[in-house]
Amino acid sequence: MNSTAVISVRGLTKRFGAVLAVDAIDFEVAAGSITALLGGNGAGKTTTIAMLLGLVEPDAGAMLVLGEELPKHFHRVLPRMNFESPYVDLPHRLTVLQNLKVYAGLYGLMRADERISELAADLELKEFLQRPTGSLSAGQKTRVSLAKALINAPELLLLDEPTASLDPDTADWVRSYLESYCAGRGATILLASHNMSEVERMCDVVLMMRTGRIVDQGAPAALIGRYGRSNLEEVFLDIARGTGKGAELAPDRAAQ
Amino acid sequence: MVMRYTYLIQGSIPRVLDLWYWPTLQMVMWGFITTFLTQNSSFFAQAFGVLLGAVMLWDVMFRGQMGFALSFFEEIWSRNLGHLLVSPLRPREFIYALLTMSVLRTVFGIFPATLLAIWFFGYNVYGLGLMLVAFFVCLMMAGWSMGLLVSGMVLRWGMGAESLAWALIFGLAPLCAVYYPVASLPGWVQLISWSLPPSYVFEGMRAVMIEHVMRADLLITAFALNIVYLSAASWWFLNCLKGARREGRLLQVGE
Repeated sequence: MNSTAVISVRGLTKRFGAVLAVDAIDFEVAAGSITALLGGNGAGKTTTIAMLLGLVEPDAGAMLVLGEELPKHFHRVLPRMNFESPYVDLPHRLTVLQNLKVYAGLYGLMRADERISELAADLELKEFLQRPTGSLSAGQKTRVSLAKALINAPELLLLDEPTASLDPDTADWVRSYLESYCAGRGATILLASHNMSEVERMCDVVLMMRTGRIVDQGAPAALIGRYGRSNLEEVFLDIARGTGKGAELAPDRAAQ
Repeated sequence: MVMRYTYLIQGSIPRVLDLWYWPTLQMVMWGFITTFLTQNSSFFAQAFGVLLGAVMLWDVMFRGQMGFALSFFEEIWSRNLGHLLVSPLRPREFIYALLTMSVLRTVFGIFPATLLAIWFFGYNVYGLGLMLVAFFVCLMMAGWSMGLLVSGMVLRWGMGAESLAWALIFGLAPLCAVYYPVASLPGWVQLISWSLPPSYVFEGMRAVMIEHVMRADLLITAFALNIVYLSAASWWFLNCLKGARREGRLLQVGE
């Protein structure tokens, strides 16, 4: 395993009953990069991220995250990483400020008020810090979730479909913010998505998943070129349907 | 975590009222029953307050359990459990927070009812003195065991098991000899009753109030049994949490 990579995974496997959700995958995520797990529904993206977070226990395989062996040393890694997903909420009855204070406490921040003020300014939260989180619009909630995800200034950020259900304008704002965070802090992002334009725009590397396996990987432009397509969506469809060059290339690459 | 639950209760009048409503209602209802029985029964005339004391102490155990379980359920209802479990919060710290909330909710909920009992019926539960502290600790521990048990069940079987939080503790009430001595139960039920820590507490309470005797032996047995049940319940909860991770249930804890 590559100890210089922020994430290094070997033979990671997870089965839920008869379903093999993640099938002995290997991959690495370089420091400071934005990497996408791309695949259709049930491809294994969320399960992979959940295993890296400790929400799901793998059946087999090895995970090295931020230089620590998981799951043995989760308690050392969790303070240095964070997570955001539109499918996991923050308590609706608590105000935005209360939620951020609770998470600042959980991450052991010494200067919580300072960090919250900084995030409130960056993510334009000031006007609704005192409002109950449940009363916010989808776009505002996403910004609050991002603030929670960035509360500890994580070195590694795991995102599960970060712009799902957002309008194009808000989604674009979120992408720009994440790009600037990554560039400014030298942080690493691993995100699961099936939004092709998002991945094409943001990501340095794409890991293409299908039925629990990584069937291909590379930079978006390299993948588009290799499959002889004009955009990542066409590559995705080739791989998902096993058509075009996807039928020839993906199985070979998966074997590698 | 305690701050998180305090924010929640502070911002919700129905939650605050719920903490006070049931203990007060129970106390008033049983106060009138006790007053009636005192006037019409030589047994209760000798030991005024036996029923009221039992009601209040039973509520300690009930609130202890619900204080733990409801705080845990709040995380599931708000779909926040995933965020908590990927934070540096360790499972044992999560349990300590739930135990702390259980104590705060119980004290906050029952204290006004004890004052009303003095005002309405002239019954002062604090007259039990230090024994009250011992009873309180033993019953809280029993409530925590139940809270851990039902919270583990919800992790194991989903929110469909939520109703067990209410059903199990009410099912235990007849076995714990809350309002009558263990000796009045059928022989085989007595065996079950003596295996439950609250039975020793209620026997101890009656010993203080009727015979004016402090039965340390009962309290020591209750405490020892509580340690066993609490250890087993903690193991069960942590095991259910581990099982939920293994089977991917934390991704979609719900119905």
